[in-house]
Amino acid sequence: MRAVENAVGVTIPKNARIMRNLLHGAQFQHDHIVHFYHLHALDWVDIVSALSADPKKTATLSENVSNAPWGGSAYYKSVQQRLQTFVDSGQLGHLNNAYWGHPAYKLPPEANLMASAHYIEALRLQAKTVRMHAIFGAKNPHLQSLVVGGITSVKDLTPDRIAEFLYIWKETQEFVKNVYIPDLLAVASFYKEWGAIGGTSNFLAWGDLPLSSKEPESLFMPRGVIMKRDLAGVKMAEQEKVTEHVTRSWYEKGSPKHPYKGETKPLQENPKYSPGSGKYSWIKAPRYDGEPCEVGPLARVLVAYAKGHKDIKAVVDSTLKKLGIPVKALFSTLGRTAARGLETIAIGDAMEGWVMELVGNIKSGDTKTYQSWTMPDKAMGVGLNDVARGSLGHWIKIENKKIKNYQYVVPSTWNLGPRCEKGKLGPVEEALIGTPIADPKRPIEVLRTVHSFDPCIACGVHIIDPDSNQVYKIKVL
Amino acid sequence: MEKEKEFYKRLEKKGVSRRDFMKYCTFLTATMGLSSSFVPKVAEVFAAQAQRPPVIWLHFAECTGCSEALLRSMYPWIDQLLLEVISVEYHETIMAAAGHQAEENLHNAVKKYNGKFICVVEGAVATKYNGGYGKIGGKTFLDIAKDVCSKAAAVICMGTCSAYGGVQAAKPNPGGYKGVGDALGIKTLNIPGCPPNPINFVGTVVNYLLLGKLPALDDLGRPLFAYGKSIHDQCPRRSHFENGEFVTEFGSEEASMGYCLYKVGCKGPETFNNCPIVKFNDGTSWPVEAGHPCIGCSEPDFWDKMSPFYEEM
Repeated sequence: MRAVENAVGVTIPKNARIMRNLLHGAQFQHDHIVHFYHLHALDWVDIVSALSADPKKTATLSENVSNAPWGGSAYYKSVQQRLQTFVDSGQLGHLNNAYWGHPAYKLPPEANLMASAHYIEALRLQAKTVRMHAIFGAKNPHLQSLVVGGITSVKDLTPDRIAEFLYIWKETQEFVKNVYIPDLLAVASFYKEWGAIGGTSNFLAWGDLPLSSKEPESLFMPRGVIMKRDLAGVKMAEQEKVTEHVTRSWYEKGSPKHPYKGETKPLQENPKYSPGSGKYSWIKAPRYDGEPCEVGPLARVLVAYAKGHKDIKAVVDSTLKKLGIPVKALFSTLGRTAARGLETIAIGDAMEGWVMELVGNIKSGDTKTYQSWTMPDKAMGVGLNDVARGSLGHWIKIENKKIKNYQYVVPSTWNLGPRCEKGKLGPVEEALIGTPIADPKRPIEVLRTVHSFDPCIACGVHIIDPDSNQVYKIKVL
Repeated sequence: MEKEKEFYKRLEKKGVSRRDFMKYCTFLTATMGLSSSFVPKVAEVFAAQAQRPPVIWLHFAECTGCSEALLRSMYPWIDQLLLEVISVEYHETIMAAAGHQAEENLHNAVKKYNGKFICVVEGAVATKYNGGYGKIGGKTFLDIAKDVCSKAAAVICMGTCSAYGGVQAAKPNPGGYKGVGDALGIKTLNIPGCPPNPINFVGTVVNYLLLGKLPALDDLGRPLFAYGKSIHDQCPRRSHFENGEFVTEFGSEEASMGYCLYKVGCKGPETFNNCPIVKFNDGTSWPVEAGHPCIGCSEPDFWDKMSPFYEEM
């Protein structure tokens, strides 16, 4: 949509920009909460251990570390009982056969019970949170109100709809501040060694959330690129420097290409997995100026931090202080997981101002949400944004009013792409090097790092024991 | 009476208040098109289970939007579904197990519940090159589907991709993607949509638990309670259609008046679903209410047949 808007040269109205930002902000809140509690927490939290917790002590712990609206020993007792009933049923369902009891789990039973309770609370909250999407976007998942030129939900610009949005936003942001962040800090304090594991070198953020029609100048989350962890050397990122490689991917042979010239020609065969020097992935290998780059919350937070972003700097510095860890600990699995929470505070807080801006506009009589446009015979356009999982770029070439070429490079392509023409590792591949594995048959440590990227794919990681040469294959889901 | 008391006590132990409970049972019963006399029976299904029905959820070529949709369930809440109503034995996104242990779960559940589990499929199946375009742990979607679906008590296709192929099956379809029914030559119960409303999935499962059989289906395998009428016939903007009051451009006066979206491409007349009645995310909205034409996302081959989305049919 932004690529087409760029190609046809339309500037969307102010209300449309704000409504899109609000939807996008709600997406960050929702995605990051679900990732932390439902896609990542069980790498650190042992639910089985929660069964042996003392509910009273859990209540005390919870009161000390968080401002959760629920608590008390009766509450924790009922959660524990519910889990016990579940276990006693003999049907462990989606919690069956995980790495429970693994020595790498470090939380005491009480912390495990507290986190398990919040796992359940977060399941309910997220269903409510996405109602923000339904208000201006018809439904979630897969919103339907966004069109080239603006947004169609003009009839939802009413005081009651906006008030409802604000109410849900508030409930969500309170959860972020009173539950999510305290949980994140409580868990992190037991796993500080993960501040030195799972890091990568280069970081790219296209940035997003434009506060005016000027991009990239007005982006709330700024655009930039950091190479070799050099924060002081942060530079403006330029889309012209992106190429995609297919040397190790299951596509027909071709040289690295900029997305405007990009091709998607999948091999017309049953692809074979050839890890040595052959092809081993459906994902292409994107490179910035020839280098692999991590994208996502950590990249965004580092770029914003390096550029002196007031809100981001404040939350990052106070968190580092609370945990007693240095800035360089950000380049890690722990840093990645923390960055996700920290940007949720900053973006979530900013949303309230955007709602007020929207109200002000409507008050002044401006209800325009769409700008008409015409399709040119020939044009090119690029749309750069930063979504929950990282930098997303779309490139379009239009000829005879039709799509001539369309390419997109999405976050998980950046993070989980394979090696390139020059044999350089993809970011997740790089991050896994040096990961300590206590038990190769139950490599929970691998899950921690891979999940910390919030991958939008299922993938396989193969572990080879250097002593016995035994190969363990694990699937990361 | 004593029994009923017991029953609510047990519910409360599980963290469900009586009021919430009756609310979602009533909502579900209505969505399923059953009379209100069924509400207590629906309630029983949720509470009186000695063994939760096992569900094996397979992911093939998909975007996980249908799983995300399920997570949005509020009648009942998703934690109640997972912990008290059904037993999700295998589900790539939400299961805690990984790697070998995850595959072991699938293998063991299929064996243990042979002929008794509900198999839910999300995503299309690659059929060209021996299924080479879609594999999990070296095994093709096609082989996994053949193996697991044949042992299920029922196969429910969640979403347009598993039901009819979806976006993967749109031209040029390099991997030969098909819906599960087509790929395997079997009959499936289809809950299409991109993604479907989770209430239609829950309603189907409850129907199965309550009456011991799957709900009545149309010739495309869709439950009639949800897909029996067209969007057009249930649309609150229908009178504008009859009066010839149309939106011809987004952002126009007609758009802000809530006129009919037929001329900007609405596919409501050819799409069968209950979106206008049930709506999404706790009845908050649906595409036409948000001023956007229906794109026909629950119809077979909608990417090819319903596009261009913004042009009159």
